[in-house]
Amino acid sequence: MELFDQLINVLASTIRLSVPLLFACLAGLYSERSGVVDIGLEGKMLGAAFAAGAVAAVTGSAWAGLGAAIAIGVALSLVHGFASITHRGNQIVSGVAINFLALGVTALLGQAWFNEGGRTPQLPGSARFLDVTLPFADSLRDVPFLGSIYANLISNQSIPTYAAFAAVPLTWYVLYRTRFGLRLRAVGENPHAVDTAGISVARLRYAAVIICGILCGFGGAYLAIAQSAGFLNEMTAGKGFIALAALIFAKWRPVPAMWACLLFGLLDAVALRLQGTVVPGIGEIPVQVFQALPYILTVVLLAGFIGKAIPPKADGIPYSKDR
Amino acid sequence: MLMRKLFGAAVAALVLASPALAQEKVPAVVYDLGGRFDKSFNEAAYTGAEKFKKESGVAYRDFEIQNDAQREQALRNFARSGNDPVVAIGFSFGSALEKVAGEFPNTRFAIVDMVVEKPNVRSILFKEHEGSYLVGLLAGMASKTGKVGFVGGMDIPLIRKFACGYVQGAKAGNGKVEVLQNMTGTTGQAFRDPVKGGELARSQIERGADVIYHAAGATGIGVLQAAADAGKLGIGVDSNQNALHKGKVLTSMLKRVDVAVYDAFTDAKAGKWSAGFKVLGLAEGGVAWALDDNNAALISADMKAAVAKAEADIKSGAVKVHDYMSDSKCP
Repeated sequence: MELFDQLINVLASTIRLSVPLLFACLAGLYSERSGVVDIGLEGKMLGAAFAAGAVAAVTGSAWAGLGAAIAIGVALSLVHGFASITHRGNQIVSGVAINFLALGVTALLGQAWFNEGGRTPQLPGSARFLDVTLPFADSLRDVPFLGSIYANLISNQSIPTYAAFAAVPLTWYVLYRTRFGLRLRAVGENPHAVDTAGISVARLRYAAVIICGILCGFGGAYLAIAQSAGFLNEMTAGKGFIALAALIFAKWRPVPAMWACLLFGLLDAVALRLQGTVVPGIGEIPVQVFQALPYILTVVLLAGFIGKAIPPKADGIPYSKDR
Repeated sequence: MLMRKLFGAAVAALVLASPALAQEKVPAVVYDLGGRFDKSFNEAAYTGAEKFKKESGVAYRDFEIQNDAQREQALRNFARSGNDPVVAIGFSFGSALEKVAGEFPNTRFAIVDMVVEKPNVRSILFKEHEGSYLVGLLAGMASKTGKVGFVGGMDIPLIRKFACGYVQGAKAGNGKVEVLQNMTGTTGQAFRDPVKGGELARSQIERGADVIYHAAGATGIGVLQAAADAGKLGIGVDSNQNALHKGKVLTSMLKRVDVAVYDAFTDAKAGKWSAGFKVLGLAEGGVAWALDDNNAALISADMKAAVAKAEADIKSGAVKVHDYMSDSKCP
């Protein structure tokens, strides 16, 4: 039973750690399915996290923070879109530029506005998305197994967490069951065919990068005002890039994307908990081993297990009519 | 003609306005990566410098580095522009200071948490194990589950020294106590990752810890947050962090970096400067535990008596707290 409780705790932590990855991964999925490579996920999430932390600190409202995060996420996406769709610039360069821009501007503005070394002020509970307890969670807690799963794993998560997992089936539906989704996939595979059918390639791609910005906004807001209580320099810490790796694992499909993000979250959660554990016969395993574990497994999985990952055919290629 | 007159007036005004500059050198302080307002280690240095400014009326200069490459630059800039003494906050300045102190043999330098053996450098060390012992004692007595936690920042001997003192104190408070220990990482980044700090604290709480001490700079903000969110107790470090979560922070281990900075500035001003190394322990007022309105209700009379006795015993030498850094072992 104690082992079961531990397992639930690890899984709950897994979910908390994979939410920002999941938002970023789905964001990248929309963008790349439409043919716009997005290496700027990291920067957009960072910018959004800063906006969320700053606005929530000033207004005292978590929802205002989320709104600001989405606005910044979309604004940065439009910059990317303007460079790579309208002006057919190199998408990698534009994405990298966004990453650097976000890194510098957030630190600079944070220092100038709040004077706390680039951090935003610590938020009170009312300005954050706290964990919500779902109905009946407490009364069902004592039911063996299922009750514990419901009370500790499914309940007691924050609102953006539920939003992240709701976004997975929603994305699946949009992508595979709507006209918009069909066109979105088509524009990433063969934009000429879409153009011939009389549909604007640029408009579809802009729609995709705007959705990407909204999702990055959610991811950033989760980092700054749900998982922690304020923005901190470089708080995305490479999550945008891990999300890109997860996207490749998942071969640009929404449901596998969720599993890939959960896998990365699980590795992180396990690494945090296995620290200092004594293994019989070997003794205490050095902390570094567990810290390296997620990266080692990433390499192993990428090298051996996922088979060939083929990106959308027009991914990364700016569209021009005359080619 | 007019120009020359104006220029003359400006020079005269400058000379008149800065008699202090001519006689006295402006001291300077360089903070570590956490930044001036990290509510912990660096903020303590800032407090000391501000105190000096208020009492002496002498302004000081300071600088927050943004990356490791700036360490040497910052020290050299201050030394070159005639600031004296220049105080570096944090062990990471060690190699940079070693170099810069050699280049400016007439400038006085001080460094906190590190020994730099140069004739013009004062190295200030603290007996963190003694302060950690005191808060460990309080944690051991306050814990209802018999399990207490420790979250360190970067895995280095200095942070293990905190952990080791804490463990000894907790065992003195409750003979059967179990101490859960985690380190956040192995790079400087481990001092500025509150998300990870929060997750580590949550994992310790899930394993039964109900009092968690951090020695992790800005990472610790996440530790205290997680403890407060879960209705458990945190213990602050370096600065007094009791007010961060009123009633949810049992106490704070004060490391008087402010005293170190203040002393360095005033000694230089009063001509009492000495190089070499200084170790500030409980007896010298270098470490302490924090008691104020925010945590008064958490500290029972028993606990107060026990910690007062421990303080007296450490000062008299009746209790010797083992220093991890002396042999890289913790009993």
